[in-house]
Amino acid sequence: MSLSTEQVRRIATLARIELSDADAEATRGKLNGIFGLIEQMQAVDTAGVEPMSHPQDVAQRLRPDVAAEPDRREAFQRIAPQTEAGLYLVPKVIE
Amino acid sequence: MINASLTELRAALDAGKISSVELATLFLDRIERLDPALNTFITVDRDGALAAARAADARLAAGDAGPLTGIPLAHKDVFCTEGVLTTCGSKMLANFISPYDAHVVSLLKAAGAVSLGKTNMDEFAMGSSNENSHFGPAKNPWDTTRIPGGSSGGSAAAVAARLVPIATGTDTGGSVRQPAALTGVTGIKPTYGVVSRYGMIAYASSLDQGGAFGASAADCGQLLTAMAGFDPRDSTSLERPAEDYSRELAAPAAARPLAGLRIGLPKEFFGAGMADDVRAAVEAALDGYRALGATTVDVSLPNAQLAIPAYYVIAPAEASSNLSRFDGVRYGHRAADYRDLAEMYSKSRAEGFGAEVKRRILVGTYVLSHGYYDAYYLQAQKLRRLIAQDFQAALADCDVIAGPTSPTTAWAIGEKSDDPVQMYLSDIYTIAVNLAGLPGLSHPCGFGAGELPVGLQLVGDYFSEARLLNVAHRFQQASDWHLRRPAIAA
Repeated sequence: MSLSTEQVRRIATLARIELSDADAEATRGKLNGIFGLIEQMQAVDTAGVEPMSHPQDVAQRLRPDVAAEPDRREAFQRIAPQTEAGLYLVPKVIE
Repeated sequence: MINASLTELRAALDAGKISSVELATLFLDRIERLDPALNTFITVDRDGALAAARAADARLAAGDAGPLTGIPLAHKDVFCTEGVLTTCGSKMLANFISPYDAHVVSLLKAAGAVSLGKTNMDEFAMGSSNENSHFGPAKNPWDTTRIPGGSSGGSAAAVAARLVPIATGTDTGGSVRQPAALTGVTGIKPTYGVVSRYGMIAYASSLDQGGAFGASAADCGQLLTAMAGFDPRDSTSLERPAEDYSRELAAPAAARPLAGLRIGLPKEFFGAGMADDVRAAVEAALDGYRALGATTVDVSLPNAQLAIPAYYVIAPAEASSNLSRFDGVRYGHRAADYRDLAEMYSKSRAEGFGAEVKRRILVGTYVLSHGYYDAYYLQAQKLRRLIAQDFQAALADCDVIAGPTSPTTAWAIGEKSDDPVQMYLSDIYTIAVNLAGLPGLSHPCGFGAGELPVGLQLVGDYFSEARLLNVAHRFQQASDWHLRRPAIAA
């Protein structure tokens, strides 16, 4: 299975990573190498096998729906690129 | 002192022969002198270390010291450390002063251990050579033209060069065991769920696990014991009674201390892929185990070959999700110029992430995307089940599984960095263990061509860390590979 440059661009858009034309071509080559490796998986018949996401059969632990964390906004925002009045600033998205 | 075991350091501290401040200063001065040639540390926190050392001395004076009080250590820069730069080896976090401590960091602080700083690593834990670090490669102390392994290359190399007696690491596909093998130290990755991942910057959440480096299994056991334990803030942390992983080490040395131990040798781990010098060292080590009373039995892991493709679907998929938080909004790198929000995201991420991280995010994004999830991610999770079942079947016939940790000894910086797939293949013996979630350990077992260390990997059933450490410990009581040091640490 081999990716086209168009497919590489589409994935980069999904991943929100800017990719120049030169980068896209170089990346395509390396990605195709990796997909060549991954293709080896397809040869195996896994009919009837349950997918495994966790070695121990555990369920998500639940806790009461009560706010228990202290307010550390000031400490967390001290390291933010741009903040104002307790809000994180980003470019406007709504026209 | 720099070559002392934790037991010896503890005795010296408790007897007042050396203070925590003196001990920390000794290692800090050593780091200042030797690390420029090795690049094992990204951040050295002299002030923080000395403050922690003073607090440790106060505890010693008050008779309130625990096993690790006053003991210097280093943290892989993947662990969040409050008030201290936490870069994860990446430009994306080159300015990130963490506002909180990882659970592992809190535990070790409470134990009175003295953190000297944060060690170098492959960016976001993605790599097997420490060459993917924004801060330059760490060097192997045995030959500084060679890689120390990765992704916990800095921690492994720092312990090997005796810049610090113990260090924390993380292991997602072999990133504690493989650098331990390539630098001649001991490293252990526990069963998945034993060490809390809270504050351990996430790469692949179902595979990541914190681990321990030391010059010996005994030292690893002490560090692992202090790192382990249930943490409600990690949803995959397991609720189990606390364990002393060193508990079997205290039994006195016997003539044949491993009598009755069956060591399984998977034929798939002893095939064509292993370098001749690695094979020779591993076979000699297995003879050493037999001399201690163990027997070896042939076992098989039929789906072992599929571990690499399965991992390189699962890990990148999970990474693509975990690394989506790095968007320049709340922390980390933000691009200087952008026209709109979408460009802010895509430029910040393009600038902040290195090439290997970007590749894995793209692979992960693709395999999770519409139309491909079943063929790739789901298929890989099914293979994962088969691989875990293989281990269970093999462990029915033996107590521990053994084999080489790495197919080769340390290679030259730059030798494999052009071809990602070549680099991936170096994880062949370690990766299946993470997929299954089993505990694994690597200890030094000899040397290959060019005086380069070779490591032996031991894999046990779930929660068999104490046994793995004891098996390695008995080998280390009867041999001295783990005591050999590079010239820089002589």
